Amino acid sequence: MNDQPNENKLRILPVSQAGDAAQGHDHHEHDDHEEAQVEREHRLDLAAVREKLREKSGKQYWRTLEELADDPHFEDLLHREFPRHASEWDDAVDRRDFLKLMGASLALAGMAGCGRPDIDHIVPYVKQPDGLILGRPNFYATAMPFGAATVGVLVESHEGRPTKIEGNPDHPSSLGATSALVQASILNLYDPDRSQTVQQAGEIRSWSAFLDAAHDLATNVKATNGAGFGILSGATTSPTLTAQIQNLLKLYPEAKWYQWEPAAGDGAREGAMLAFGRNVNTVYEVSKANVIVSLDSDFLASGPGHIAYAKQFSRRRRLNGPSDTMNRLYVVEPTPSVTGSSADHRLPLRSSDVELFARALAGKLGIGSGATLSGEAANWVDIVAKDLQNERGASLVVAGEYQPAAVHALAHAINAALGNVGKTLYYTEPIAGDAGNLDAIRNLCVEMDHGKVDLLLILGGNPVYNAPHDFDFVNKLKRVSTAIHLSPYFDETSAYCQWHVAESHFLETWSDARAHDGTASIVQPLISPLYYTRSAHDLIAAFSDKPGMPAYDAVRAYWTDASSHLPSSIDVGWRKWLNDGVIPGTKAAPINAELKFNASSLPAVQSAPADQIEFIFRPDPNVYDGRFANNGWLQELPRPVTKLTWDNAALISPKLAQQRDFAHKVQSRGGEHGQVRVPLVDIELNQSKVTAAVWTLPGQAENTVVLPLGYGRMRAGYTGTDKGFNAYVVRTSNALWAATGGKMTATGDSYPLACTQYHFNMEGRQILSNATLSEYQKNPNFAHEHDETPPKEDSLYKAFAYPGYAWGMAIDLTKCNGCNACVVACQSENNIPVVGKDQVMRGREMHWIRIDRYYTHTESATSGKTTGDPSEYNPTLDNPPTFFQPVPCQQCENAPCEQVCPVGATVHSAEGLNDMVYNRCIGTRYCSNNCPYKVRRFNFLRFQDWDTPQLKLMRNPEVTVRSRGVMEKCTYCVQRINNVRIDAEKQNRTIRDGEIVTACESACPSEAIVFGNANDPNSQVAKLKAQQRNYSILGELNSRPRTTYLAAVRNPNPELEKA
Amino acid sequence: MEHHSHLHGVMGEFETPEQLLAAARKAREAGYKHVDAYTPFPIEGLAHAIGFRWTAVPLITLIGGIGGGLTGFGLQYWCSAITYPLNIAGRPLNSWPAFIPVTFELTVLGASIFAVVGMLALNKLPQPYHPIFNVERFASASTDRFFLVIEARDPKFDLAESSRFLQEASARHVSEVKDEE
Amino acid sequence: MSVTQPPLNSPDIRRLDPVLEPGHTYASVTDKIAAVVLTRPLGIGWLAGFTLTFTIVMVLFISIAWLVIKGVGIWGINIPIGWGFAIVNFVWWIGIGHAGTLISAILFLLNQKWRTSINRFAEAMTLFAVACAGLFPLIHTGRPWMAYYMFPYPSTMGIWPQFRSPLIWDVFAVSTYGTVSLLFWFVGLLPDLATLRDRAKSRYQQVIYGILSMGWRNSARHWHRYQSAYLLLAGLATPLVLSVHTVVSFDFAVAIVPGWHTTIFPPYFVAGAIYSGFAMVLTLAIPLRKAYGLEDFITMRHLDNMAKVMLATGLIVAYGYFIEFFMAFYSGNKFDVFLAEQRLHGPYSHFYYALILCNILTPQLLWFEKVRRNVLALFLMSLVINTGMWLERFVIVVISLTRDFMPSAWGRYSPTFWDYSTFIGTLGLFVMLIFLFVRGLPAIAIAEMRELVHESHEKGQK
Repeated sequence: MNDQPNENKLRILPVSQAGDAAQGHDHHEHDDHEEAQVEREHRLDLAAVREKLREKSGKQYWRTLEELADDPHFEDLLHREFPRHASEWDDAVDRRDFLKLMGASLALAGMAGCGRPDIDHIVPYVKQPDGLILGRPNFYATAMPFGAATVGVLVESHEGRPTKIEGNPDHPSSLGATSALVQASILNLYDPDRSQTVQQAGEIRSWSAFLDAAHDLATNVKATNGAGFGILSGATTSPTLTAQIQNLLKLYPEAKWYQWEPAAGDGAREGAMLAFGRNVNTVYEVSKANVIVSLDSDFLASGPGHIAYAKQFSRRRRLNGPSDTMNRLYVVEPTPSVTGSSADHRLPLRSSDVELFARALAGKLGIGSGATLSGEAANWVDIVAKDLQNERGASLVVAGEYQPAAVHALAHAINAALGNVGKTLYYTEPIAGDAGNLDAIRNLCVEMDHGKVDLLLILGGNPVYNAPHDFDFVNKLKRVSTAIHLSPYFDETSAYCQWHVAESHFLETWSDARAHDGTASIVQPLISPLYYTRSAHDLIAAFSDKPGMPAYDAVRAYWTDASSHLPSSIDVGWRKWLNDGVIPGTKAAPINAELKFNASSLPAVQSAPADQIEFIFRPDPNVYDGRFANNGWLQELPRPVTKLTWDNAALISPKLAQQRDFAHKVQSRGGEHGQVRVPLVDIELNQSKVTAAVWTLPGQAENTVVLPLGYGRMRAGYTGTDKGFNAYVVRTSNALWAATGGKMTATGDSYPLACTQYHFNMEGRQILSNATLSEYQKNPNFAHEHDETPPKEDSLYKAFAYPGYAWGMAIDLTKCNGCNACVVACQSENNIPVVGKDQVMRGREMHWIRIDRYYTHTESATSGKTTGDPSEYNPTLDNPPTFFQPVPCQQCENAPCEQVCPVGATVHSAEGLNDMVYNRCIGTRYCSNNCPYKVRRFNFLRFQDWDTPQLKLMRNPEVTVRSRGVMEKCTYCVQRINNVRIDAEKQNRTIRDGEIVTACESACPSEAIVFGNANDPNSQVAKLKAQQRNYSILGELNSRPRTTYLAAVRNPNPELEKA
Repeated sequence: MEHHSHLHGVMGEFETPEQLLAAARKAREAGYKHVDAYTPFPIEGLAHAIGFRWTAVPLITLIGGIGGGLTGFGLQYWCSAITYPLNIAGRPLNSWPAFIPVTFELTVLGASIFAVVGMLALNKLPQPYHPIFNVERFASASTDRFFLVIEARDPKFDLAESSRFLQEASARHVSEVKDEE
Repeated sequence: MSVTQPPLNSPDIRRLDPVLEPGHTYASVTDKIAAVVLTRPLGIGWLAGFTLTFTIVMVLFISIAWLVIKGVGIWGINIPIGWGFAIVNFVWWIGIGHAGTLISAILFLLNQKWRTSINRFAEAMTLFAVACAGLFPLIHTGRPWMAYYMFPYPSTMGIWPQFRSPLIWDVFAVSTYGTVSLLFWFVGLLPDLATLRDRAKSRYQQVIYGILSMGWRNSARHWHRYQSAYLLLAGLATPLVLSVHTVVSFDFAVAIVPGWHTTIFPPYFVAGAIYSGFAMVLTLAIPLRKAYGLEDFITMRHLDNMAKVMLATGLIVAYGYFIEFFMAFYSGNKFDVFLAEQRLHGPYSHFYYALILCNILTPQLLWFEKVRRNVLALFLMSLVINTGMWLERFVIVVISLTRDFMPSAWGRYSPTFWDYSTFIGTLGLFVMLIFLFVRGLPAIAIAEMRELVHESHEKGQK
């Protein structure tokens, strides 16, 4: 390899399953190379740097010295990212902005080298790597470690550039699907704001310099036998990393390992301790449960295994006809979650009352002394209990991650009592280790406070930002003589650490990770690091007896030992493991955890006074605990239920809003489709205060205020800094998830929020058809009750014939839970730009597929009408049935958009696609006006970032990057259709059903989206379209959409219906 | 007067349209063929009086209109149905009702352009030079004077004779029109 | 109060105000009108007005430059409101143009003598209005430099315009309208240019008007063909002017957007066009006759007649509004019903009520002769109606788009600074062109005025 310089110079080495020892070795070569490089850079003087910069080949050098000068203006330049280009356009650019724009392009010129020297000598492959055909993507299996959750993925790689993430069907936590976060994680890889080097006190250091320093530090702590040596990490499921750390703890017996996940609850572990006297990992078999009760658990959209659970859940809601049965889901929760919104029955309860409910439910099932409930809940418990009784062994009670130990223990007890254990769920040894969470960080703070910590390794995470506020982590960290922070960004914590090591993205490094059921996967890199970044393995190794040991070797080493008790030894299995993305035989065996829990022993609790406001903390659905704050895709992705973008807001119930007289004001710039002004409130809680915007959310428990975590970042990068409010400020260790005794007072000011769908009801139009299972059985044709679609033969014109393929899509609204995976998948596949908050507030977001959220039965008792405005209270908003509807281009056969285009820029293909010809489009926007579904998106400004080199690497080369002034929209992933068509034609056969998978379809965890050839009666899509539930939106317009919907069917309990 | 200049005709100047009209009629009766009248505004029957009856302008306009219309529909049909047929919104390739507006507009456009260009052409305009302008007084033809010109090329033309004729026809002033070429 | 009046062409016509104050001769009218162009010195008023409007035109250029640099995103448009001020202004300007052609063509065919003294600058107004209007469809596109795609030319890709689109109909209708109006105007000007040529003192005036008049020499033969061509043009312009606003209304009527998709649009757009056009003629004529002392030629009779036309067309427009509502409820189409309610109660209802006030209620004052003969009142009313007609287009274009089929996609619209600057810019352009026109060309058709003198003499002799 090394005797081929071109291989070396080519910055994008595809690291495939051919990534064997030789590959790892190759990494070494690079390291030395870099070090030499950085050393040289360091001796440059400023003048030389400016000179270099003028030559536009300055790149790395220039960054170095500027950062050395720590020039705030430079920081500003550094933090440029695509949304600003968009967001500032139509305000007349003032001088300052103009300078910034200039500066930005310079800064980007500086980064253009992606941190590596002599990029200018890039040459094409001389000897083409095996299995790589230029112009055809390769897919590599790897896994995305994410706290205690791991998702196995297949990554699409174009000539060595990872461009798109798909689910790995062989991986138990993915089953082929992904989530919005997984889809968006690829943007983090190319984020220009990533930290790019090792730094000491703000100065660039080479890795070898760090290794030297680490060696000295190591020898010091060795002297004290490791006393004062602390390791703080997040939850990890990596066997190798765990082993490395354990090994380190052996070397330094006095050293301590702390784990802190700000958005992971302790309830599950403590609950297990309570129930079984030991920590266990609970794995659900959702598909086997007929009745599911969620005690404030969002198991369909968050937590380990949620993608798999969503898939299993939706498979039990597949309806081929009225005779089919469905599972039933009850959700008790304080605030509408994805799971709650797609439940058959949803009961809004304050977080603290969920435990009461659990006790009462347990009581009904003969566990413990029960509890007395009031109002609707009381009625609920009886019926739910009965329903569970009827389904012994086929029911499931899931406790929420943020619920206290008691709720989890009760859930275990109930499941045991119902004989569900071993059927709808089973227990295994813990996956993510049990190094504690809140206690761990508490102990660490105490130690630091007493000056007992001299050396602290912070592996990822951002404790300065997200540690409980009362621990005052910052000041305690200051007492640590040497803190080393491994992090993808130079964030709040890095600023207070002596050393900062830029962390590699999971697509850049070797590692391993376990799925929710224990199955292990090798994490293999798709691209050699873009910058001088390192992984946790490297950092731990630096302090171990094998400093400088590459991650690859560490992983190999661990699995060489581990494979001894696996079906195949590493030498035999390695390539297959990498190829499949899973290691066979690593699935955790079920253990039988014997219940040592006496529900009666639980300390008595009584419900807090009903009018007392309860503040609860939840990770934001998109930026999670803040780690995705700089991800433009996730920032601009409308939250599943609130449809808010770019901000978090304190979520309150309509009733509370009415009491406090918190009105929303829809702004005419953007309006219902963009901008809403809401009041700002001061939230005083736990002796500290934060100012937040309030958002009225129908279905919220009356006196609950949700404070989403992850916002108000100080040093997140350009995209994430100073967005929303920081809920961690009022979050203290005594009330991590729910707090009372706080005050919420209006400041009198207001704040604009970017909300992509404000109006929530359908105004009696044929848009989202829904019914209960019993109604469906009575009238299988309910979806066409008010359908006024004229019969085809009524047309004056002879319809165009579509022989051959007729592409069509069917979306099952019974299955869709609004999780957003499809939206981001589409954005990633189709190079869809991010436009920034200001443009979203003008109603100009670009998503090709959007998910509409409607509340049904919201006509108020009094007027019989609603304005569709959540801030105008009416009782039906207390808990409205919620439905989601993904809306891509409907690909109408009689497309209204085509008829009005003056230049024929949108025309119909022979296969029924509504093609958009960007080159021909002159941007009259007439098509969008005439599109009844409003799925067309227009480049009002140059939204696409054409400058940032990293983003160029990320783009899908098979999809045009649109410029300013042209219309765009969903194409049914025509590039995928054509790729498959080419293969099929080469093999002289027709395209098989299911061979073409659109980006949204492949991402969907619920299998709600099905694409295929509607002409083939045996195709899945044709079968779905043949169902009576199948209908088209606004059929009366006779636009003949190719995208049709299967009406939503819910399976409520008749008894509860009556009540 | 210059030897190389020859006579274009004699010009009689009248006070009122009525006098001019009468004079023109007399001239016709007297057998003059090449007579022309100049007036600050169109006068009913004057053209007829000087023996000018039929004009081709309407015919030219008709041709222009028909041509425009055919072009209009032909263009649309050819584009939409023949040279580059596309399935637009499931409408037939020859969506003739949708082609009416453009056809109509082009009909009007064709007719109008032909009408104007035709009128100018028949009037031999633009014409940079005409002998009549050599007469000083003629400037008032565009204000309040009315002129009758008996041209020299008329077989019956005789300078003295024709001048007298005009005077008798109550022209308040008679002048020769010289053609300086 | 207003006595029943005989048709304008009845013999006892002199009971009405004359269309030309008595005592004028061929020479006097010619002198008076030509003087404005040839001899009258540049007044301070004219200079000030021209400077002001010229400055505004510069604002227009800046706005367009910024638009081309940044993109249409500098305007307030969004999804779902893809069309905003640009299209509103386009429809408004085109409408204003209509009165000119109507006066010069239709009234000519109807042999209405009173048209004579106003048709010239009414036609000029048409041309300038069409110029302003034509600007918008061009610049409102996302890629104006590609706008030529809308014309049928043999492109290398062998692709042609999509003739089913009303926008293409617009392209042909508006360009035809512009061309024909220009021809009509020029033909009308030809004899007057000759007049100016003959009266011009300075050399350069002689040369310019000499070239423009093409050697016209008032020959009876010229006149004969001239009249025939003029008559034909009038006959062609009449259906044309009706077709143009019909086609413009198709932009909306052919689309399926609730509030656009109505059959009443063509007639009521045309009526509205004439309505606003006459309002604009008054807005221009009243100051013009004052400034240049042309009261003798543009008499109360003209103002009175134009007021009556406004009243009539205003009533047709009112009928249009009514039918829109009636059809919404009569058809029971849930989208139309909803939109109708939105107009009355939605976020933009105040615009709708303002529209009713300007276009329906105010003009009812024109029933009273006193009002029709009060020059100031007419002037103010013409401004009110112009505003009203602009609002009408805003209501149609914008409000309909804010509330269409998918409630999830509803939005609102608010114009930006650049929307306003562009609109005001075209107002400046329009008035500036008018300023240039009154100084460069006879604002009243001289030859036709002479004809008028001739006829009134004949009547005198009878």
